[in-house]
Amino acid sequence: MSDRPRKTTFGKALGCYHQGVDRTKTVRTYVLVLLFIGLRGFGNLLLAYGTKRLPAVLGVHPAAYLQSVLDPAVAAGIAMLIFSMFTRLALLSRADLSFVLPVTAVGYVLAAVLGTVFLHEHVTAAHWLAAFLIFAGVAVVGSTPQNTTKEAGAQ
Amino acid sequence: MRWLLVAITVVATALSDLLQSYELKRAGEQSVGARGIARLAGMLVRRRYLILSIVCLAFSFFAFMALVQSQPLSFAVPASAASFILETIAAKFVLGEQVGPRRAAGTMLVLGGILLLAR
Repeated sequence: MSDRPRKTTFGKALGCYHQGVDRTKTVRTYVLVLLFIGLRGFGNLLLAYGTKRLPAVLGVHPAAYLQSVLDPAVAAGIAMLIFSMFTRLALLSRADLSFVLPVTAVGYVLAAVLGTVFLHEHVTAAHWLAAFLIFAGVAVVGSTPQNTTKEAGAQ
Repeated sequence: MRWLLVAITVVATALSDLLQSYELKRAGEQSVGARGIARLAGMLVRRRYLILSIVCLAFSFFAFMALVQSQPLSFAVPASAASFILETIAAKFVLGEQVGPRRAAGTMLVLGGILLLAR
């Protein structure tokens, strides 16, 4: 069954109602996208900052990972990443995986920016070209329907 | 060693995302308010595909932690995004999503950008 508003006697009124609901859904989806990108970006930054100052090298021994959680930056990073995971679950309940993946890719640009600003990593001209490509790709994917599967369309 | 860590991160992430997307679409729309997070946490311990997805996520996360410790953040994050191709193909053929020409083109642009970042 199609998700589009039906053209009945009350078609216009119903159409307006459905469009309003669709707009609210779209806004909520993009709020979740922004929340996810922010939490993931700063969570990864804290994780990188924290793990780089750890005395032990993280390898195959679980003890080193458990010990790393005692570092405040690592702990804060993990907490932010856990919340970002919940945000992403909510996002995946509303939108296609093939929509969520590229749209949240702005986070990769954010990672490069945060790495430069806070960790003093070197960003080249190629990185800025990459940022442009990612933004262009996100804009193109953002213009496609958020959800194309039957299950969620029925919600 | 760094590419082994990238490979573990990518495969585990792709599996985790597919399982999450499949199970969450069946569960219906979720939110991230206090009640929404409690509901999501409850689902994480009840739904078997979500449990399996968390196991995959743990593998992915620990590999990523080891990666981010030894490599620059601006390499680790984009390199782990190689899961894009794997996941977009699986989204089309396993989850039945409609990946039309526009979405495919946009995804390839994003992927091009990520690969450029990883250089």
